[in-house]
Amino acid sequence: MSTTAAPVPGASREQLDRLEEHWGERPSLRAWLTTVDHKKIGRRYLVTAGLFFALAGLSALAMRTQLARPEAGLLSPQEYNQLFTMHGTAMIFLFATPMLFGFGNFLVPLLIGARDMAFPKLNALGYWIFLFAGLFMWASLPFGAAPNAGWFAYVPLTGQQQTPGLHMDVYSLGLLFLGIATAAGSINFIVTALKLRAPGMSLNRVPLFVWAIVATGFMVIFALPALNLDNAMLFLDRRFGTHFFDPEAGGNVLLWQHLFWIFGHPDVYIIVMPALGIVSAVLPAFTRRGVVGYVLVVFAIVAISIISFGVWVHHMFATGLPRLSYSFFSAASTIITIPSGIQIFAWLATMLLGRLVVRVPLLFVIGFIVTFVLGGFTGTMFALTVFDQQVTDSYFVVAHFHYVLVGGAVFPILAAVYYWLPKITGRMYHEGLGRWAFWLVFAGMHVTFFPMHLYGLFGMPRRVYTYPSEPGWDAWNLVSTVGSYLLAVGLLLVLAGVVHAIRRGRPAPPDPWGGDTLEWSTDSPPKPYNFAVLPQVHSLHPTWDESSRESMGAGAEADRVLADGRRTLLTSELDGRRERVVEMPASSWQPLLLALAMLLFFTAMLFAWYPVAAVAAVAVAGTVATWLWPPRRPERELGVSA
Amino acid sequence: METRADPTTRSQRLAPVAVLGGVLALAGCSGQAPSALDPAGTGAGRVADLWWVLFWISIAVFVEVMVLLAWALLFRRRRDARVRHGQPLRFVVVAGAGVPLVILVTVYALGLRDLAALGDGPEPGATTIEVTGHQWWWEVRVPGVAGATANELHIPVGEQVRIRLRTVDVLHSFWVPQLMPKTDLIAGEVRETWLRAERAGSYRGQCAEYCGTQHAHMAFLVVAEPRRDFDAWLARLGSPAAGPQTDAQRRGQQAFAQGSCAGCHAIRGTDANGQVGPDLSDVGARWSIGAGAVPNDGGHLGGWIANSQTVKPGNHMPPQPVPAAQLPDLIAYLQSLK
Repeated sequence: MSTTAAPVPGASREQLDRLEEHWGERPSLRAWLTTVDHKKIGRRYLVTAGLFFALAGLSALAMRTQLARPEAGLLSPQEYNQLFTMHGTAMIFLFATPMLFGFGNFLVPLLIGARDMAFPKLNALGYWIFLFAGLFMWASLPFGAAPNAGWFAYVPLTGQQQTPGLHMDVYSLGLLFLGIATAAGSINFIVTALKLRAPGMSLNRVPLFVWAIVATGFMVIFALPALNLDNAMLFLDRRFGTHFFDPEAGGNVLLWQHLFWIFGHPDVYIIVMPALGIVSAVLPAFTRRGVVGYVLVVFAIVAISIISFGVWVHHMFATGLPRLSYSFFSAASTIITIPSGIQIFAWLATMLLGRLVVRVPLLFVIGFIVTFVLGGFTGTMFALTVFDQQVTDSYFVVAHFHYVLVGGAVFPILAAVYYWLPKITGRMYHEGLGRWAFWLVFAGMHVTFFPMHLYGLFGMPRRVYTYPSEPGWDAWNLVSTVGSYLLAVGLLLVLAGVVHAIRRGRPAPPDPWGGDTLEWSTDSPPKPYNFAVLPQVHSLHPTWDESSRESMGAGAEADRVLADGRRTLLTSELDGRRERVVEMPASSWQPLLLALAMLLFFTAMLFAWYPVAAVAAVAVAGTVATWLWPPRRPERELGVSA
Repeated sequence: METRADPTTRSQRLAPVAVLGGVLALAGCSGQAPSALDPAGTGAGRVADLWWVLFWISIAVFVEVMVLLAWALLFRRRRDARVRHGQPLRFVVVAGAGVPLVILVTVYALGLRDLAALGDGPEPGATTIEVTGHQWWWEVRVPGVAGATANELHIPVGEQVRIRLRTVDVLHSFWVPQLMPKTDLIAGEVRETWLRAERAGSYRGQCAEYCGTQHAHMAFLVVAEPRRDFDAWLARLGSPAAGPQTDAQRRGQQAFAQGSCAGCHAIRGTDANGQVGPDLSDVGARWSIGAGAVPNDGGHLGGWIANSQTVKPGNHMPPQPVPAAQLPDLIAYLQSLK
């Protein structure tokens, strides 16, 4: 079943040369800045998100050091408050989602047997915006002007009167800027997965990771407008004296919270969902069988993405809203556990029926199950209004969401790092180093966050820069701090493992794990055109099935090689029936220029240089117009007729 | 290797539960940390009972998942383990949806019962205390009583007391873990909660909604005491502050009235009537200075007056240019206010 030999090329030498000529890029600065290759963009997402993860992690280490003992003076309250805000904001917005989008970018076209994302230039634009928005926000920290009111930025604390200075303008503008990238990426994933699948890949043969990414894309599209609206109103309130959130002028402070959590709760699943998709993608290779209950898992993914829009008020159980509404949101928040339960038991059944191959990616999946299940229990507890009212905004909730997000997102991300590193870099990692990293990360995670349940129950509120000596607080806080160092060492070993693999790793075969999905049917790392012959898919596990593999080798047909241009196949949404050939765009300066113009706009708005902002807005409009101007190309090339 | 791993895995699995139970039980009995597991109030008591139900259910389900995981790790990693390609959908649906549904409906019902119970506020005629949140202290008043105090409220033990919550600036949250789950203070609105202490004692509370620079130092104390003592507290709250007894106290009072103090602080029965900072009529009797920032003694009081920014950086009281000679008098006077 497992194949480690290079796939037999079904394309001729001459066809390969032509593909290389159309898709390949000679390394140069220009190529680096203008590329639209989804694999390069995906790698950049991963590296950049990793960098922001490191910054947010260092912020956390500084906080944990301050909290190692009561009444410590390492950080001033002003510094601490900026650090905890940047830690949360960056982990949520600049690490978790972009990291998973990075994997999505690299993998989705490979998993569905396409040559690029549906909108390659939009993809490049998304990356540049993400990079610039991230730098825009982090650059405020050295100037002491970083956001400082928590990642959910409740008004009226975030109003101009209470928080003068640039802090919250950086927050609102930064997130508005970043939101463009997230929305663009989501649309791209949806269209790519619906239109570019290899022929034969009907919906019931779509890999679970792709299902998860598509569901995530839809959630982003429906959730993000609420956040954007909130931030736009906050910026208007602060800068231009509107009164959306000012109760004295007829505004309402709870409006912010409703809008924020209408985005914010789906966002938890926006983060966790693709990570769960990673788990479903990793398991088959290490259990030697497909995930049990494919349809049930798909159902669970879709159910979560819908129900997650009906639970936001459980973040507001202490605000004194009517009891009737609490009983409704409590019920919805309880029910959303069920689809997660289905997925957990589908994975357990997969492991119980398969043959386990215990390698580092599987270790992280097991670590994920242990941790995420615990986070799920406390999550269910938070669905019960009175229990929520008791422990929300205490360290208990800090423990809960770190179990969910470290367990539910970071562990799967680390599993993905080790699983796809051979595919991404073409090099194998060092297994021993990876195991050390796993055990340190796993132990560090639990030593850091488990005690937080305890001192949360013992009455310690969150977001305090220091605390008085109380029985049950001091010792457990010290334990958490020790754990956080352990976790940091573990993560450093992950980094060391990646660097070691790139520098000295053994060259990776195309399919080191005996994986089931299409990315393992092509080179490690893949050629710029991904597949010399686009596959004809015959099953849910194409790399395990002879006829799908044949279709790229001996069974190759000329109309799946498409070597005369940058071409890929368009197929029908449901059945994956071949529709026509499309010409894909080549490298372009437009994405970078547009992102730069937007950066100029948001920077000008931040510093209130309105004439500059107007110029930047014109530049944005101009670039968009050039971008969208209909090209003069023969109809055939546009793909009107194949 | 697998056979060796078996007993250790089992004992490792049970050890954390025992340790956890021990730790939680210890915290429950310590009686000092403001622990939600050491409830002294009707509301917190209900939630603590609910917690233990949730805790044991979680332990049971966790053990179930761990046993399945351990089973897979022990018996499904041998090279000769035959991969089975079945689709045990019934197992997934029953274990992943059916059993959880039964559990969830049960705990939801329990949660609903407690939501109803905690929502039932006191009778209209019950004692009411008004608590107003400020950055970063709590103003405490009783309707119909002239005075005010700060960061400390008294309640009669065994009675349901209505707490009316307002804020003058940002959001805060009123939380006394041993007595009652929290209720947020919402700008522009009035919120109500209630407290009912079942045993006398002092219970630490703290702001639980991030409210700016000194959110960490916005603690308060709830003193639950017999009705007689509570009535005495009410009487003190309604009467003028104690007058100075010694020369030092008299000089201190003069300094207070003539300096900048009176611009922000009130002392009942004197001309000092500032409304910006806390009323100081009983400051000598309070449990702390700066809403839990430092203990209430002469040295800390002096340090606070001279430059509270070194004690509680960012708080709204600017450093006071009090002549060194006057400081002991001021301390003596303020400490006499009980």
